[in-house]
Amino acid sequence: MAKKKFVVGCFDDEKVLFPAVKKVRKAGYKIHDVYTPFPIHGLDQAMGLRDTSLHTAGFIYGITGTTTALTFMSWVFNKDWPLNIGGKPHFPLPAFIPITFELTVLFSAVGMVLTFCYLCQLAPFVKKHHFHARATDDLFVMVLECTSRTNEADAKAFLESVGAKEINVQEAEDGWWLGRYAKDQKLYSTPSENSLA
Amino acid sequence: MALLRYESQVREPLVTGAKTYHDVTEDIVRPIEAAPSRLWKIGFTISVLLLLFGVYSVYREVVYGIGEWNLNKTIGWGWDITNFVWWVGIGHAGTLISAILLLFRQGWRTGVNRAAEAMTIFAVMCAGQFPIFHMGRVWMAFFVLPYPNSRGPLWVNFNSPLLWDVFAISTYFTVSLLFWYAGLLPDLATVRDRAKVKWRKNLYGVLSFGWTGSTKHWQRHEALSLVLAGLSTPLVLSVHTIVSFDFATSVIPGWHTTIFPPYFVAGAIFSGFAMVQTLLIITRKVLNLNDYITMEHIEVMNKVIVLTGSIVGIAYITELFISWYGQNPYEMAAFKNRYDLSTPYAWSYWLMMSCNVIAPQFFWFRKLRRNIIFTFFMSIIVNVGMWFERFVIIVTSIYRDYLPSSWSTYYTPSVWEVGFYLGTFGLFFTCFFAFAKYFPVIAIAEIKHILKKNGESYKDNMGEEEKATVEHFTHEHAHH
Repeated sequence: MAKKKFVVGCFDDEKVLFPAVKKVRKAGYKIHDVYTPFPIHGLDQAMGLRDTSLHTAGFIYGITGTTTALTFMSWVFNKDWPLNIGGKPHFPLPAFIPITFELTVLFSAVGMVLTFCYLCQLAPFVKKHHFHARATDDLFVMVLECTSRTNEADAKAFLESVGAKEINVQEAEDGWWLGRYAKDQKLYSTPSENSLA
Repeated sequence: MALLRYESQVREPLVTGAKTYHDVTEDIVRPIEAAPSRLWKIGFTISVLLLLFGVYSVYREVVYGIGEWNLNKTIGWGWDITNFVWWVGIGHAGTLISAILLLFRQGWRTGVNRAAEAMTIFAVMCAGQFPIFHMGRVWMAFFVLPYPNSRGPLWVNFNSPLLWDVFAISTYFTVSLLFWYAGLLPDLATVRDRAKVKWRKNLYGVLSFGWTGSTKHWQRHEALSLVLAGLSTPLVLSVHTIVSFDFATSVIPGWHTTIFPPYFVAGAIFSGFAMVQTLLIITRKVLNLNDYITMEHIEVMNKVIVLTGSIVGIAYITELFISWYGQNPYEMAAFKNRYDLSTPYAWSYWLMMSCNVIAPQFFWFRKLRRNIIFTFFMSIIVNVGMWFERFVIIVTSIYRDYLPSSWSTYYTPSVWEVGFYLGTFGLFFTCFFAFAKYFPVIAIAEIKHILKKNGESYKDNMGEEEKATVEHFTHEHAHH
């Protein structure tokens, strides 16, 4: 897989991070990602990421569960083996509700978690490049992707000017993420002539 | 957003002490990295021994049959189903804390949700053993699954509440496990990234699924947690409703009541919170987590206990009232068999009443709500009471059936019946000890998320931000 070059800047305060994200994007740099130890509300919007559609997937899995349960139970009771259980109806909808509900929840939850793992490419034994070990502790790690036109030194200087504490350049293989970062990110504004990206 | 973030100064801080993000990581991960303490080893050993005794009791039951228990034709459900309902009920508090309180945006849940969810999973594991082994021929337990079989195929009866239970409990277990583990991923990654020893790095590397903390992943993670919470909320209510249907859909006086679903759910939350208290009071002490599981947490949970205990009390009184108001002789007899002091099981009814209804009323006093020793004592009392509630419902409703000649002699459990129950305690605590040693018992990421809002040293600095207008704040920190 192709290697890519990244300029990495670490922030130690989310209050500095927010304006920095804004400035970095305004300057036209391409933010590959920001790694944070906990979810920071509003950071996805600030980075210009589109909202996730995981909810929709969950809904679709849910109604799949509903239909599976209802069709299966009606098929069993009416078609495959219409057993007479104390003269009760063969389509006792109220009695079907508990199992239908449980399967709706089950399908939705399992489906969503699997989708989540797939989209984020999370699984046991998956190894990823970690830009900074403290990104899961107390640092907010902003990673800029270098393009052919990026001047590393300028990018590093720019990161420092917006408040990054620890700055370095790293190379990592691309392809280990399944993201739509490139597609997702809307440019904050058209890069001006001075911009470096 | 400044105003939306406003956290009243009246509220007590949820994290005490001047903590930085790194301190939070340190405090919670340290017990994982340290060698297990003597206390831990002793506790773990006792649990494993109990578990082994349970395994032997179950072995006797499997080999010699249900006759190893003192069940008889009249009392077909005794300790086993009592224990089943008791354990399931205990599990419910975990889901309540992790799901319902997430939807209600209750910040205090972050300190206790991880351990409570773990408790849910272990409690449901224990609960599941009872109906499975009560089947007698346990090697045929898979007959409850609707799979295409060579017997026709002969399908299961989808009308039966016992089958609903199979679906409810297995769904509940699966969803709780997924919810819990999804929440654990970022914290396991924290342990991985701090690890100095190779095996720990590898182990937690595998367990954390390669979590990086990417913003996009967090965004999806938040969406996932929210939807799972939304799913778990009706799920937890449905599970105990369905458990109560095991009784309520029958025609046994004392069971055949429409009040059962809400009454069971309230009782489940009541006993579950008591168990959370028991576990967390020990955990915070042993792992030195007083800054994260504060007095505020304990007091809030005690408030839930007094609320749900009173709901349960109303349910008991309603049952009594309805049995009189309905003037059904069988129903009246069933309840006379409980409260009449001259009947053999009246002691269990009054024990239940005093533990579940009278005792929690002490929690109306703030002083007692904030007393650790009293809370711990009460948490045990409540769980004894809730065990007896299930015992009363099950045994006193069936020991005198419609035919006096088959009225049961006094039912006492056999040693293997008790051994099975003790065995589930062993299972529960073995799992909980292992969890407390190898997993972060407090949701690290979630604590960090609320730290600057609810942490003691940050609350005082909120003043300036509070004064800012919404427009100013959005202009500063976000754009669209």
